[in-house]
Amino acid sequence: MYAFELERPSTIADAVAALAADNAQALGGGQTIIPTMKQRLASPSRLVSLLGVSGLQGVSSGDGAVAVGGATTHVDVANGAASSYPALASLAANIGDPAVRNRGTIGGSLANNDPAADYPAAALGSGATIATNHREISAENFFLGLFETALENGEIITSVSFPVPNRASYVKFEQPASRFALVGVFVAQYDNGVRVAVTGAAEGGVFRWTEAEAALSSNYSAAAIDGLSTPSVDNLVRDLHGSAEYRAHLVKVLTKRAVASS
Amino acid sequence: MKISMTVNGREMSGEAEGRTLMSDFLRNTLKLTGTHVGCDTSQCGSCVIHVADRAVKSCTMFAAEADGACVKTIEGMANDDGSLGTIQQAFQDHHGLQCGFCTAGMVMSADALLKENPSPSESEIRDYLEGNICRCTGYHNIVKAIMAASGQDVENIAA
Repeated sequence: MYAFELERPSTIADAVAALAADNAQALGGGQTIIPTMKQRLASPSRLVSLLGVSGLQGVSSGDGAVAVGGATTHVDVANGAASSYPALASLAANIGDPAVRNRGTIGGSLANNDPAADYPAAALGSGATIATNHREISAENFFLGLFETALENGEIITSVSFPVPNRASYVKFEQPASRFALVGVFVAQYDNGVRVAVTGAAEGGVFRWTEAEAALSSNYSAAAIDGLSTPSVDNLVRDLHGSAEYRAHLVKVLTKRAVASS
Repeated sequence: MKISMTVNGREMSGEAEGRTLMSDFLRNTLKLTGTHVGCDTSQCGSCVIHVADRAVKSCTMFAAEADGACVKTIEGMANDDGSLGTIQQAFQDHHGLQCGFCTAGMVMSADALLKENPSPSESEIRDYLEGNICRCTGYHNIVKAIMAASGQDVENIAA
């Protein structure tokens, strides 16, 4: 990979200052950006590691929500949210493999917004709020498209707050080689309705399946999905691992499985 | 830049660039070549080491990120007298390797698993090894070796 400077600040202020350099980029656990840089698909002049920044790690719960620090690793979410938000913990426990979960962070995953990543489904499916050093962004307004988010240059995800649902489940169908979600569906039931978020299926990344949300809000059962047509989403992913029709079918099947297992 | 770390209980230091991968630092600078680089794309797990008691893929971490950390590599797995450690011995006893290229990573992942879960089931072992690829053994004897290293009876485990 091309040469760059590596900075390891210990405060958010120092991290923000370091990110002000031209072509500087934040570094979480590096599980995506390091392979990307090896392929020379990214070549930042400076990487600013957030893992040493105090206050960015840990899981806490209170006021009906679970708050996760932006630099919290997947394994720490899996352990820290196990009793407070089991569906979120289970999602984190099944990202990548153990060594990846020991390094990769929730903030890194959300900021990257890979169209097949798991966390965006939890964030959108829970109506999470993403807090940065500048502002709070609702999940609705955060994910803008393929690898694109509302984050501006120099903006750091400090924490993510997930309202805890009455029940929830995330089910993914893994692409057999990469183990990324070919399709993943997060279903969460709240007092004021059901949310269904789908990852892996659309070129634009995670989206809400509103027809399923309406059906499940009036009848929370797998059978409620039977009568629905497959989601009418533009640009479903079609590649050698599955056609658009196959993915659309998977969205239905996995939504039913998520409801049944929630 | 100069970076320092405790590797297998010994203070070690060397020069690294920002882009120097941990796997390269171990192999080329510290001359600890037991850590292997199989795919260099963080899929195969040959390069697994422990940093601050956590298993990581050393090809997907910068050396400077381990500055000041406690690191354990395959060179730290033998007993003090130089004889094979429990997991290594189990790999030998149960033929858990053929070419041996993946073995360093397998042993380091097994060590991390057994610290977390001292008596894992066969399926828990297979699940934990998701990020370690072996192209020789078909995994059966690796799973058997790890079960044996945990002190469980492996007579009925398929091999």
